[in-house]
Amino acid sequence: MSEAPLRPVPFRAAAFDSKPRRWAALIAGGVVLASWELASSSGLLPALFMPAPHAVLRALGELIADGRLFAHLSASLQRIVFGWILGSAAGTAVGFAMGLFGLVRAVGLPLTAAFFPIPKIALLPLFILWFGIGEPSKLATIGFGVFFPSVISALTAVEQVPRSLVRMAQSFGVPAWSIVRTVILPGALPGILAGFRISSSIALILVVAAEMIGAQRGIGAFVLAAGNLMQTDQLIAGVLVLSGLGLVISWLIGRAERRLLRWR
Amino acid sequence: MRVVLDRVSYHHGPLHVLDAVSFTVEPGERVALIGPSGCGKSTLLSLAGGLEAQQRGAISLEGPPSAECLNPLTFVFQDFALLPWRSVAGNVALALEHHGLSAGERKARVDYVLGLTGLSEFASAFPKQLSGGMRQRVGIARAIAVKPAVLLMDEPLSALDAQTRELLMEDLLQIWRRERTTTLYVTHNLAEALRLADRVVVLSRRPAQVKHILTIPIPVAERTAPQHAPALQQLQVELWNAIKLEASTAERELQHV
Repeated sequence: MSEAPLRPVPFRAAAFDSKPRRWAALIAGGVVLASWELASSSGLLPALFMPAPHAVLRALGELIADGRLFAHLSASLQRIVFGWILGSAAGTAVGFAMGLFGLVRAVGLPLTAAFFPIPKIALLPLFILWFGIGEPSKLATIGFGVFFPSVISALTAVEQVPRSLVRMAQSFGVPAWSIVRTVILPGALPGILAGFRISSSIALILVVAAEMIGAQRGIGAFVLAAGNLMQTDQLIAGVLVLSGLGLVISWLIGRAERRLLRWR
Repeated sequence: MRVVLDRVSYHHGPLHVLDAVSFTVEPGERVALIGPSGCGKSTLLSLAGGLEAQQRGAISLEGPPSAECLNPLTFVFQDFALLPWRSVAGNVALALEHHGLSAGERKARVDYVLGLTGLSEFASAFPKQLSGGMRQRVGIARAIAVKPAVLLMDEPLSALDAQTRELLMEDLLQIWRRERTTTLYVTHNLAEALRLADRVVVLSRRPAQVKHILTIPIPVAERTAPQHAPALQQLQVELWNAIKLEASTAERELQHV
């Protein structure tokens, strides 16, 4: 045996540790808010361009108290919900069909590739010409904007269902439509729900843009009006509401995922 | 039920995979199919089970399946092919759902095969909660639930560790003793073939032909007995000699694909 001294083996895999640290997010948020408040109260940030957090909160409180927030938020929510349901339901159905049938895919894929890159808000003037300045043109913009991402996510989700599972069902003589119901649909569900996350964010962006172009009510119209009147505290309060709306939508989809994808 | 493969040939694009492969699997017999990697063993199994379209030659079944048989040609897959969103019982039930059985009959069959494979306590578990060996038990339970006339097993133990493989081989032998199902069993493991099969069909490298058929003269139940170890060792050497040159040539060919 060697007489050399024993040395402990050092741990060398500490880097790239992915352990979650929730406290870090809370501290970072607190630091940002405190710095913002400090910069505003010291005059470093002019109140006209960047009001202090307490002023934004006060404006938000006033919006809630006088009912304006509810009026604008309900108008935006109605547009998001109807436009998103319309676009995502149609897009998911078309994408699913493209994943299942070669002919639908052959027709749909070039059309999707051609229409997907168009910034959908650029079509709002066209939709106003077609449907008028009212709700239908806004719903069409949101629905159209949500449609193509939904097509792509549903198509990808169907393609990612393991082929071995389909072959297994075929080997047991399961009829084709039952394979769609019992194998392909549940197998594609994670991808479809992930697509809903993306399409709901797109719906949020489009509703704000559409409301800024032609609406009296809605968070987008409110933010634009506040900016025109230099009411920066209300403007930022409106932006915070949009952020909150995005978080709520994401939370709802997360709940749906946890409920529908328990098996994961 | 007897399975007859008569001059079965198969091309996959420009690749000539199978060349006039002929052999039979007698009723109640277990035939292992071995050969070099990529020689077309699994393709042959898929052709036999109707999951690939036949091109040349014929694959036929002789004799009627039993009255209880719901799916004459039934697969057990290497990767288990379990639906991750269904419980163990749900996965087994899938195979029974489209054959006009009453709910009671379905449940009775599911309970029976889960008992047979030692899975009764795990009926409501999801596949992700099971070990590899348990998952393959579910695959086997699902297959025997339909009372198949012919079991087509595609390397069912190759994804498992050595200890689990040993345990599952014992289970398979017990199930076979009880069910006496005709079986075509693809494997690359010579010891596994010699432990489980009545005969071993050796395929050559691509385009695969039947190179050798070995009948194992020792009864399956006695193959773990120490007095048969030298004879089985001799048979394994015989199989390896039949496959060695083909395997090394196929390996070189695969590296150049």
